[in-house]
Amino acid sequence: MTLEQKFLWFFGAIACLLAVASIIGRVLAKRAKTEGSISTIENLNQRVNAWWGMVIIFFVSYLLGGNATVILFGFISLFALREFITLTPTRPGDHNALFSAFFILIPLQYVLIGTHWYSLFTLLIPVYAFLLLPAIAVLSQDTDSFLERAAKIQWGVMICIYCISHAPALLLLDLQGFTGQNALLLFYLVFVVQLSDVLQYVFGKLFGKHKVAPLVSPSKTVEGLVGGGLSATLIGGCMFWMTPFNFWQSLLMSLVIVVMGFLGGLVMSAIKRSLSAKDWGTMIKGHGGMLDRMDSICFAAPIFFHLTRYFFSV
Amino acid sequence: MWISNALISVLRFLIGVTARWESPPDLTRQRIYFANHTSHMDTLAIIAALPPEARVNVKPVAAADYWGKNRFLRYISQKGLNAVLIDRNPTPGTNVLEPIFDVVRAGHSIIIFPEGTRSSQALPGEFKSGLYRLAEAFPEVDLVPIYLENLHRSMPKGKHVPLPIICTIRIGDPMPRFVDEEKQVFLQRARDAIVRLSA
Repeated sequence: MTLEQKFLWFFGAIACLLAVASIIGRVLAKRAKTEGSISTIENLNQRVNAWWGMVIIFFVSYLLGGNATVILFGFISLFALREFITLTPTRPGDHNALFSAFFILIPLQYVLIGTHWYSLFTLLIPVYAFLLLPAIAVLSQDTDSFLERAAKIQWGVMICIYCISHAPALLLLDLQGFTGQNALLLFYLVFVVQLSDVLQYVFGKLFGKHKVAPLVSPSKTVEGLVGGGLSATLIGGCMFWMTPFNFWQSLLMSLVIVVMGFLGGLVMSAIKRSLSAKDWGTMIKGHGGMLDRMDSICFAAPIFFHLTRYFFSV
Repeated sequence: MWISNALISVLRFLIGVTARWESPPDLTRQRIYFANHTSHMDTLAIIAALPPEARVNVKPVAAADYWGKNRFLRYISQKGLNAVLIDRNPTPGTNVLEPIFDVVRAGHSIIIFPEGTRSSQALPGEFKSGLYRLAEAFPEVDLVPIYLENLHRSMPKGKHVPLPIICTIRIGDPMPRFVDEEKQVFLQRARDAIVRLSA
C-alpha cells in the first residue's frame, strides 16, 4: 500500500466507526427513559460529536503537512498548560516565569521539532527551563511557598509541553524502511491511546463492577481496564501495517501505550483531585478540558517515542 | 465595531472569558453592572461576556487618567469600548459622576467598578460612594453584581501582558432595592453580592 492509501484506509475506518457510534447514540437516545440514563446517553453523544471534530482537525492537519501538525500540537500544549495553570494557585511573583513558559518555551519547543534539532528538543525543558524558570521567579523576591510554586510550574511545563511534544516529535525520527511515513506513526499512537480510553469507558459502562482506584478516579473499573485495555492492545497489534513494526512488535508497543496511557490518566486524575477539581476545563464538550483528553497521551508519548527511536531508528 | 470585535477575539483566545449567569437575564431593562476591579482587561472581559445584542447599549465607565492618557488609549476606549471617561481627581466644586449621570439619563446601561481602582486581591476592597449615589438617583435601574474570576492572576497590577489563564465572568441576579437604605449598609450589601458570586 502507498502512504496515501494507508491514510485513506485509516481515516475511512475511523469515520465508519464514528458513524456507527453516532447511529448507536441516536438509537440509545430514543430508548433512554430514566433520568440517569438520559444524561449518560447525552454525554455519550456529546463525546461522539467531539470525536468527529477532533478527527476532522487531525485529518486537515495531515492534509496541510508536517508543519501544520507540529503547530496543531503547539496549540494543544498551550491549551493544556492554560488549564493546568488555571487550576494551580499562582502568585503575581510567578508572572514572568509563566510568561516565559507560555510565550517562549511553547513556541521554542515546537520550532525545535519543526527544524529537527533533536538534541536541544530533549534538553530544552529538563535542563534549561528547569533551571531558568525558578531563576526568573526568584527575581520577584516572593519567597512564600517558593518551592511549591516552582515545582507546580515545572510539572505543568513538563506534562503540557515536554510530554505532549513527544507525539509530534515522532515526525523527526529516521526509521528503517519508513522514510516519509512518520505521520502514520503519530496517528497510530494517538489512535491506540484514544481507542484504549474509549474501550475502557465502554467496557466499564457495560461490565464495570470493581473499581481500580475509587479514591483517585471513580469511573475506572477493573473490567473496563482489562477488557478495554486488552482489546485496544489487540486492535493496535493489528494496525502494524501502518507502522515499521511487525504484528508482535506492534502488539507489544500497543500494550506499552495502553499501560502508560492508563497510568497517565490515573496520575492526572490524582493531580486534578489534589487541586480539588472534577474536570480540567470545559473546552471539549462531553469530555471536559483539553487535559482530560490528553492525559493518557502525556504519559504514553515520551515512552513510545524513545522505544521506537531506540529499537527502530536507522 | 471592528476594534472591540478584534479585542474580544484576542481575549477569548487567551483567557476564555466564559459568562456564567446566575439566572437568564432580562436584557431589555436598563442595568448598572458593577464588578470587582483587578486588571486593565476587566471592562473588555465584561463586554465579551455579554451577548452581542446587549453590548450595543452598554457604556463602561473608565478613568480618564489612564484611558485618556494618549491618543491610542483614548481611541481604543472611546471608539472601541464605547467608554465614558471620568476624571478621578476633579477640580473642587465639580461632580465626578456627572458624565455617568448623563449617560444613564440617556437610557444606556453602564459598567462601573465601585472600588475606583484596581486591587491585587481576589476579593473586592471597600466600595466608594459612587454606586450608592447612582442607585439613589436611578431607583428603577437594575443593579447587577459581577464577579471577575482569575483576572487578577492573568494580568496583576503592574504587569502589562496577560497570561493565558481561564477567566470566568460570574453575573448575578439584580440586587433587591430597599427604600431609604443607609449608605454604608447599601455599599456593604453590594460588596457582599459580588463576594457571594465568588464562592
